[in-house]
Amino acid sequence: MTTRGPDERDRDDVAQAVIEQRSRPSIVWLIPLVAALVGAFVAYRAISSRGPEITITFKTAEGLEAGKTKLRYKDVEIGLVKSIALSGDRKGVVVTALLSKQADEFLVEDTRFFVVRPRITAGGVSGLGTLLSGGYIGMDIGKSRETRHDFVGLDVAPIVTGEEPGRQFVLHADDLGSADVGTSVYFRRVPVGQVVATAIDKDGKGVTFTIFIQAPYDQYVTKNTRFWNASGVDVSLDAAGFQVHTESVMSILVGGIAFQLLPDLPPEPPADANAAFTLFSDRAQAFKAPDTIVDTYLLVFDSSIRGLIVGAPVDFRGVTIGEVVRVGVSINPTTLVFHMPVEVKIFPRRLLARQFIGGILPAAVSEDVRQNRMKLFVERGLRAQLRSGNLLTGQLYVALDFFPDTPKTTIDLAKRPPEIPTIPSTFEELQETLTGIVKKLDKLQIEEIGADARKVLASVNETLKGVDVLLKSVDADLVPDLRRTLESATQTLKGAEGTLKSAEGTLSAVSPLQADLEQTLRELNRTLTAVRTLAEFLEQHPESLIRGKTSP
Amino acid sequence: VRKPNSLQRTWALVLAAMLCYLPANLFPVMTVVSLGRRQSDTIFSGVVYLLTHGMWPLALIVFVASICVPVLKIVSLISLLVSVHRSSGWRPVERTRVYRLTEAIGRWSMVDIYVVTILVALVRLGNLATIEAGAGAVFFGSVVVLTMLAAESFDPRLIWDRAGAGPA
Repeated sequence: MTTRGPDERDRDDVAQAVIEQRSRPSIVWLIPLVAALVGAFVAYRAISSRGPEITITFKTAEGLEAGKTKLRYKDVEIGLVKSIALSGDRKGVVVTALLSKQADEFLVEDTRFFVVRPRITAGGVSGLGTLLSGGYIGMDIGKSRETRHDFVGLDVAPIVTGEEPGRQFVLHADDLGSADVGTSVYFRRVPVGQVVATAIDKDGKGVTFTIFIQAPYDQYVTKNTRFWNASGVDVSLDAAGFQVHTESVMSILVGGIAFQLLPDLPPEPPADANAAFTLFSDRAQAFKAPDTIVDTYLLVFDSSIRGLIVGAPVDFRGVTIGEVVRVGVSINPTTLVFHMPVEVKIFPRRLLARQFIGGILPAAVSEDVRQNRMKLFVERGLRAQLRSGNLLTGQLYVALDFFPDTPKTTIDLAKRPPEIPTIPSTFEELQETLTGIVKKLDKLQIEEIGADARKVLASVNETLKGVDVLLKSVDADLVPDLRRTLESATQTLKGAEGTLKSAEGTLSAVSPLQADLEQTLRELNRTLTAVRTLAEFLEQHPESLIRGKTSP
Repeated sequence: VRKPNSLQRTWALVLAAMLCYLPANLFPVMTVVSLGRRQSDTIFSGVVYLLTHGMWPLALIVFVASICVPVLKIVSLISLLVSVHRSSGWRPVERTRVYRLTEAIGRWSMVDIYVVTILVALVRLGNLATIEAGAGAVFFGSVVVLTMLAAESFDPRLIWDRAGAGPA
């Protein structure tokens, strides 16, 4: 304005306008003022609602887009992905996200982030909404008080979120079975939880499941709870008939884990969170009384142990009380005789458990007592015997039973493991007897007997013929007086001769009969040899009963 | 008849336009919600979107109409104001032409606002697609209106005051 000064002399009207301008410059200046105020207010709003910035590391940025992907908690938008970059070691991606102001307190040590994508499993479908809208990053707010701004994202959405009441437990199993993350856990066929995580044990010898049981069902998990793999169908055929045990149809299809308390036991306080349990392969296994006491014994068999496998049952009158641990072969260095030592484990409590069904087991007796009892049993005739469990497959099992007729023997308790005497199996005995009979038959020399008999008969024939000649000469040479008498006598003798001749005929007719007998005996001999061969063959190839004789 | 308080008014309006220009470009103009997917676009991100999808003629139009034109208007108005203040006698004819041009093209920047308002009114398909106007649109509209008013309040005769005095 000051530069204008000199020119205003020519236009005095305008000079007044300048003064007016100075006296009231406002009004129009309100517009930029308002604009500035509104701008400042909006800027302040934008800045104040701007929350913390965090980084999340994911394995892949699949479905994530910088500037577009949202962060949501309970489906409420709380942030936006600002940028996605490869991590320094190129093993993953680092997602930088801007969160809203209120998210500040959510950023604690154990807060988890995960990408929600459409997921279709046998157990259900989730995240369908993300099919069209694209994935988003979900979060599960932790309980820790430590704040944190850099996170490692999970690959899959966690099944159980932090605020869900309940407890986690750990299960150990030999293998995964058909269970997987998300598999339901059933209690009395009610789905009460899920498998949260599965991992191979560090030593590679098993699988560890982490399961989550919702409250209030977690109180049923106590020290006496048994978990088992409830997938599939358990079919059993027993004296009660044909029985099928299953959990829900769902678990048949997609697998499941069930748990229940052992029956007839006093109630226990609920187990601690993260307590470890064993996951049994089926319900029967789970409810079997635990075998806390194990005695090892050695059985030495002289015959073939084909068909006896490790794990074969040791049976006492139908009750399985143990199992075969090891089978082998050994040679006596002095006598060069082969033996087949079989090591078995015996669980004596299984006998007791049946004795005290439903009750409390009696206190365990010491090993000495148990061994002395075994000694007593052996002296009373306890023997081990191999028996055929299945004629078709030739599977053998070890039977323990009392055989009072066997020669008395005892057990050497000093030996480790002590040896229970054995007796040959019934099949073996039958075979031996048959072989004995065949051998005796073989020794009978039936042919010679037949020949002798023929000789004897022939000589009898000769003699009779001699007698006939003699009588004829007597007839010719004797005095004629006597002739008539003699003739009558001759007549009589002739009758006798006829009789004798017919006798001779009969006797000579014996010879084909004799030959038949001989042949029959030979035939029998051959048959028995064949039986022996068959018996031996069957013993070696029991499967041929089903499959027939296979050509080598 | 001279426009009263021309310089002060113009200055104030240009200043207000400048203040609004910043949020107009920083805030989203339009938010498209389509099938649960929410996408907010500022003017510039819209240009970039068009460009990356191969629609460069459209991108050019939007860029020129929505980004260049307001800036050019503000710059030309400021330069005119400054030149008047300094009583510059430099090329008054060209400067007047610049002013006329500024006045003429001012309204064309409103195209954006029209597009946004029409879309917002038309696209209301519930979850399928919805378009919302953003805060940026308000500021952008303010910029256009304020620059138009500023151009209107500027008195081109001021250019000639000095030019006429200079040679005389």
